[in-house]
Amino acid sequence: MPSLIEFLTLAAILFGLGIAGIILNRKNIIVLLMSLELILLSINTNFVAFSYFLNNVIGQVFVFFVLTVAAAEAAIGLAILVVIYRKRHTIEVQALDALKG
Amino acid sequence: MMLSPLHLLFYVFAAMAVCSAIAVITARSPVRSVLSLIVTFFAIAGTWMMLRAEFLSLILILVYVGAVMTLFLFVVMMLNIDRESRISGFVKHVYIGLFVVLVVTGLIINMIGTPHLSVMQMPEPPVEPADYSNIQALGMLLFTDYVYPFEIAGVILLAAIIAAITLAHRKPKNRKAQRPSAQIAVRPEDRVRLVKMPSGGGN
Repeated sequence: MPSLIEFLTLAAILFGLGIAGIILNRKNIIVLLMSLELILLSINTNFVAFSYFLNNVIGQVFVFFVLTVAAAEAAIGLAILVVIYRKRHTIEVQALDALKG
Repeated sequence: MMLSPLHLLFYVFAAMAVCSAIAVITARSPVRSVLSLIVTFFAIAGTWMMLRAEFLSLILILVYVGAVMTLFLFVVMMLNIDRESRISGFVKHVYIGLFVVLVVTGLIINMIGTPHLSVMQMPEPPVEPADYSNIQALGMLLFTDYVYPFEIAGVILLAAIIAAITLAHRKPKNRKAQRPSAQIAVRPEDRVRLVKMPSGGGN
């Protein structure tokens, strides 16, 4: 059985890849949302690994709630994306500068 | 060092997850990104299964791959994105991205390797009896101690449904339908014109 460190390392690599995806993709909001999913997946892996090695089911309950909220976030994010595409006919991040950020 | 079969399986899943995660953020077309993310979810579900989180592992496949990623795929295919515009922005930030991923991952790995967290010698938990059910244990906890957060999670999902429908719903333009308010408000004068005709003029 792999040790806790190996699971945490896998989660850390996925987390870093998710952050890199957010930085790299300045063009496409969908890939940004998918990078967010990657980050949430990595922290969920941390929760599940600690829940196993501490022999405590409460960590899995928390993963359940994180999954729920992540699903809601994905649904609303994609709905906003569809509305943006109808208005602006683009989903490039750099083209969405109405707030002058 | 000889790896046990379970250990080897973990490395297969981990390599699958990392490779497909790299494909998610580097793929040219968004459809390939979504499909790579599905592979990542499958691999991570495999590692969760090894951690005896059977319910969450299956939920990850059923809900995430079955519903959320399908939603992503629908939106990607619906939105007809031109793929040429993505390439130029990618190359410009590739060094910053590499730097950040190395720093973040290196810091986390450095931290969990040190004895600060005392995770180095975390012992293997005892093996559960044969009739142990992960779903039962999770359900007992979820419907007793955590029933209030569980209800709130349901309300959050309901709010998400309503918000998504409200945002994305578009009224049909050329719909031919009755308008009951106009039908009720109509008066006899609008529809019928009584014409007084002189009578008895002829023979």
